Amino acid sequence: MGTYIAKRVVLLVVIIFFVSVAAFFLVHLLPGNPAVAILGPNDTPQNAAILNHQLGLDKPLAEQYFIWIGHVFSGNLGQSFTTHETTTSVISQSYPIDLELIIFSQLMAGVVAVPLAMRASRRPNRLFDQLANSTAFGMLALPPFVIGPVLVLVFAVHWHVFPGPASYVPITQGFWSNIHTMLLPSIVLALGSIVVYFRLLRNDLIATLQQDFITMARSKGLTDRRIMWRHALRPSSVSVLASAGVTIGGLIAGTFVVELLLQLPGLGFQLISAINQDDYTVVQGITLVVAVAVVLINFVFDFIFTVVDPRIARD
Amino acid sequence: MTDIISPQNEALAPALLTTPPVGGGVGLPGGPAKKRLGPFFWICAGWIGLIILVAIFANLFPLPKPDFENFANPQNAGPAWGHLLGTDDLNRDIFSRLIFGSRVSLVVGFGGTLIGLALGGLPAMYAAYRRGRVDTVLNTVSYAVLAFPAIVAVIAIGEFWGHQLWKITLVIGVFSAPLIFRVIRASTLSYASRDFVMAAKALGASDRRILGRELLPNILPTIISFGLIAVATIIVLEGTLAFLGLSVPPPTPSWGNMLNESASLLSGGKGQTNPWLVIFPATAMFSLLFTLNVVADKLRAYFDVAEVKL
Repeated sequence: MGTYIAKRVVLLVVIIFFVSVAAFFLVHLLPGNPAVAILGPNDTPQNAAILNHQLGLDKPLAEQYFIWIGHVFSGNLGQSFTTHETTTSVISQSYPIDLELIIFSQLMAGVVAVPLAMRASRRPNRLFDQLANSTAFGMLALPPFVIGPVLVLVFAVHWHVFPGPASYVPITQGFWSNIHTMLLPSIVLALGSIVVYFRLLRNDLIATLQQDFITMARSKGLTDRRIMWRHALRPSSVSVLASAGVTIGGLIAGTFVVELLLQLPGLGFQLISAINQDDYTVVQGITLVVAVAVVLINFVFDFIFTVVDPRIARD
Repeated sequence: MTDIISPQNEALAPALLTTPPVGGGVGLPGGPAKKRLGPFFWICAGWIGLIILVAIFANLFPLPKPDFENFANPQNAGPAWGHLLGTDDLNRDIFSRLIFGSRVSLVVGFGGTLIGLALGGLPAMYAAYRRGRVDTVLNTVSYAVLAFPAIVAVIAIGEFWGHQLWKITLVIGVFSAPLIFRVIRASTLSYASRDFVMAAKALGASDRRILGRELLPNILPTIISFGLIAVATIIVLEGTLAFLGLSVPPPTPSWGNMLNESASLLSGGKGQTNPWLVIFPATAMFSLLFTLNVVADKLRAYFDVAEVKL
């Protein structure tokens, strides 16, 4: 177990180092010069040279990287060229939205997928199982950018069940209206996760339910419900947990889509507007933060599923 | 692409589409039933073929130019005889844009997969056959790249490199390589130490012959069925990028950027909505992804490709 964790930590540090190098070079591989973008109409060779010196862009690349990473560790991700807000404050204002979307959608996915998988696996290949399975298979072909606009059209524009785009209220200013606004985007994100969790859990449950210890539990006269929740669920949840890290990483793309669709000012929305305004420091900062967050989430889930099933760490 | 293939959601695609046999190996009486692909497979394969053919020969149809803003046309009109699927907010014919827009998805999907197979599949076969240090290094690299959220990487690279079709295809193809590497490596490993490979070696066959004539035919079913899933996954990634406005730029139509336009209408920014501009591209995208998934899944079952452990 110790060596397993040590190996994972080393890999984690290496990956995060490469992520930071990639995010750093993002700005240096850009066509032209950040100074030109900042100066705009005031771009003269003299001004550019002064600004390059002020920004430290005339130093060797390796030195610039270490200066930059030093700033990152002290929480300084630079300043927006356009709004002069610090990147750190842009990120700290927007990340709660992504966090809320991910938590809501994963709660919804769990609440729907677990009972469905239990019901379906109790009688495999019977009517309920086949219906649930085909529906899930069909929903694999409905990524957020396809189903999102359709649900907004039907539930927000046509029926007004949910508020439409650009109606975000921070949770501190209106708890219920915030929840109401976040429901529709969370549903869009949850749909994808439900399919993943349902399919994995159903398959694992079917395999688990044929094991001897389940027969044993039945012969003791335990109820189906107790067998499902107390005996079958835990050994069957390894695949789901193993996939949760990847699923949440994959949700990033989905949160970007729903944020743009419903004009929610989260990280994805800020990233897209920064890209559209050529605001390179903000792009760099958000890229770094999102990539590191995804890598860390994957790491944590790798760790969680060794707790649920200690056999994995021994391999 | 973390979507490379991200997507999505992406790394688990093969595991998701494989349904292990139910019943723990209870054999049917009278031996295994004769395998058939079934009519549903052929309907789905036919639909994909039709989309490809129409995309190739789109210029031959009597369609209005997809980016022609013909002010004689109505704006945001519903389906009618002159415009089968209606018109969009810039008076363009939605049907024509849908037909020409399929080219982007198909080129990126199939092109990206071919690039991924070349960059990920070939090294995977070699690494799994030779093992040793090459294998260890490539394996670690593939894990490291997979841990990186590909959507973020692809967005960042597109931002400074540009959004032309071939660039998008190349970047997505490169980021799909690690996932394809893992799948092909696992499949090759399961054959590399079998007796028939030993026998070929003992007969003095060259590495190239063993890889090409002994191993390749055995892993071909995996390549085909997983390759189709990769195509679907890559199409989703490109569509997501296009929806975010970060793929092939307008006025070139693609299903993703048509949905982007419809979404900007939904937000009421221009004071108009056009439900048809949501419904038709969404349906087209769903039909292509769904049929690709069905064909891949049926082929996997037909060839009896084992569940791939990533």
